[in-house]
Amino acid sequence: MALIDDADLNRIRRIRNGRLADIFFRWLTWSFMALVLLMLGGVIVVLVQGAAPALKLFGFDFLITAKWNPVTDEYGALVPLVGTLATSAVAMLVGVPASFAVAFFLTELCPYKLRTSLSTAVELLAAVPSIIYGIWGLFVAAPFFQATVEPALAAWLGPIPLIGQLFSGVPIGIGILLAGLILGLMILPFMTAVMRDVFETVPAVLRESAYGLGATRWEVVWKVVLPYCRTGVVGAVMLGLGRALGETMAVTFVIGNAHRLPKSLFDPATTISAALANEFTEAVSDTYTSALIALGLVLFLLTFIVLAAGRRLLLRAEVAKTGGGK
Amino acid sequence: MTQLHTPSLAGALHHPDGEKHVEKISVRDLRFYYGQYEALKGINISIPDRRVTAFIGPSGCGKSTLLRVLNRIYEMYPGQRATGEVMVDGDNILDPNLDLTKLRTKIGMVFQKPTPFPMSIYENVAFGIRLYDKISRADMDERVHWALSQAALWDEVKDKLHQLGTGLSGGQQQRLCIARAIAVRPEILLMDEPASALDPISTAKLEELIEKLREEFCIVIVTHNMQQAARASDYTAFMYLGELVEFDTSEKIFTNPSNVRTRDYVTGRFG
Repeated sequence: MALIDDADLNRIRRIRNGRLADIFFRWLTWSFMALVLLMLGGVIVVLVQGAAPALKLFGFDFLITAKWNPVTDEYGALVPLVGTLATSAVAMLVGVPASFAVAFFLTELCPYKLRTSLSTAVELLAAVPSIIYGIWGLFVAAPFFQATVEPALAAWLGPIPLIGQLFSGVPIGIGILLAGLILGLMILPFMTAVMRDVFETVPAVLRESAYGLGATRWEVVWKVVLPYCRTGVVGAVMLGLGRALGETMAVTFVIGNAHRLPKSLFDPATTISAALANEFTEAVSDTYTSALIALGLVLFLLTFIVLAAGRRLLLRAEVAKTGGGK
Repeated sequence: MTQLHTPSLAGALHHPDGEKHVEKISVRDLRFYYGQYEALKGINISIPDRRVTAFIGPSGCGKSTLLRVLNRIYEMYPGQRATGEVMVDGDNILDPNLDLTKLRTKIGMVFQKPTPFPMSIYENVAFGIRLYDKISRADMDERVHWALSQAALWDEVKDKLHQLGTGLSGGQQQRLCIARAIAVRPEILLMDEPASALDPISTAKLEELIEKLREEFCIVIVTHNMQQAARASDYTAFMYLGELVEFDTSEKIFTNPSNVRTRDYVTGRFG
C-alpha cells in the first residue's frame, strides 16, 4: 500500500499552488496600495512646489487678503475661501436635514412596494452630471430666484437683526444662496444613500425592542436608530461636505464669479474650485499661476482638515461608546 | 386537583396545590401566516396571571412566533398576519383599531440577545418611562433604582449609571433589558429565549430573577432549554409544527406527559 495516494498528492499540489497564489496576490494588492500613496504624495509635492513662489511672495497674508488683482499681480485667497465655506455651509444646512428626512422616509415610513423604486430614483439623482445642475441652475433656478425667492426672503427675513443682513442686497438670482442650494441638492442623493444603508444596519431586534416598549417611529429613529448609527451618519455628512467643498462645474455656473467679499447671501462671489476652473487659461504671469496653485493647495488642506476632523469625531464617539472607563 | 390534558379553553386553571388562577391571556384559534406559509395552525391556550408559562418545542415549531403575536411586533414586517382571537384582560389585541402604544406599555418583551440602546444605563431604563410619563427627576431616579433592583443589577451598576449600557457584559446587558422592560410596569413580560446567549452563572441569576418576578407579572417564556422550563416555570406548553400539542403544569409535562410526542421530546428522543 502506497504511503501517499493520488488524493494526497492532489491536496499537496493544491496547497502549494494556493500558497504561491497567496504570495502573488499579496504583492499585487500591496503594489496597488503603494500606487495610491504615491499618487497622494505626488499631488502634495506638485501643489506645494507650484504654490511655493506665491506663498513666498505673500506669506501667511495670502489666506487673509481679499485682493485678487491680475493687473498689479497681487493675490489673496480670502474671497474664494469665504465663498467655498459659505456655499458649503448653505449646502449642508439644506442637504443634511433633507437627506436625513428622505432616508428616514425610505427606511421607516415608505410602503415596502415603493421602497426599491424610490431608492433607485434618489440614486439616479446622483448620476446626473454636475454640469446639468449648473445649466438648470443658470437658466431655470436663477431667474426664479431673482424674481420670486430672493425678494420674498428679503421681505420676510430682511428686517430681523443679524440674520437680516444675510438676506439683504440686490436680488440678482446668481450668488452664494443659489450656489449653496444647488450644491445641497447635488449632495443629497449621496448622503441619503449612505444614511439609508447605515439605518438598515440597525439590528432588527433593537428596533423591535424600541417599538416593543411602545415608542413611535419618530422616537425609534431619533432616540435609538440615530445614536446607534452616529458614526455612519457623520460619515455620510462628511462625504457630502467633502463633495460640496470641491464641486466645480455647477457652482461656476451660478456663483457669479466675482472676486468681491460678499456681504449677503444674495451677493455673487467665487469659490476656490470655480476660480481655478475659470482662470487657469488666462493666468499669464508666473505669480498668477502660482497663486492659483496655492488656491488649490488651500482647498486640498481644507478638505483634508474636514476629513480629519470627521475621523476624530468618529473616534471620540467610538471611545465613548465602549464605556470610556473600560 | 384537576389536571388539564388538552389545550384548555377554561377560564381558570388549577395549580397542583389546588390554588385557583386568574386567566390573563386567552388565545382562541390563532393562525399566523408568513406570506402563504401557515406558522401557527389554530392555537388555543389560556395563560394565567402571576405565573410563569414556558413554551418548549423544536426549532420552527412556532413558539417564538406565538410570542411575537402577543405584542403584535410582527406588524413591523410586511406579509405577516394573524387571524383568530387573542384576549388580554378581555380586549382582543388583534383588533386593528387597538391602540398599539397602550398595548405595548402593558406588555414588555425581552429578546434572545440583549438589546441595550446606545445610551447610558440610566437612560436605557428611563427610555420607556419617558415615552408615557412626565415625571420629576427624583421620581425618575426612584423608578430607575426600583427597576434595576428588581432586575438584580443595581449593585453592579450603581456607580456607573451614566456609562453606556452597551459597555456591560452580556449577562448584565440582558438584566438591563429586563429592567428596561419592567420599568414601565407592564402586566405581562414576554421572554424569547432570554438565557440562550448567557453563561451558566448569568443564566442562574436570570432564573432567580424570573422566580422573583413571577409574583408581580404574568410571565411567558420561550426556551430551548428543557431543564430551564422545568426549573423556572409553573406551566409548560409543548408545541410542534405550528400546533399546541400539550399544555399542563410543568411537573406533569416533565414527569408524566399525556402525549407520546411530548414524552419523546422531553426525554430527548427527538428535537
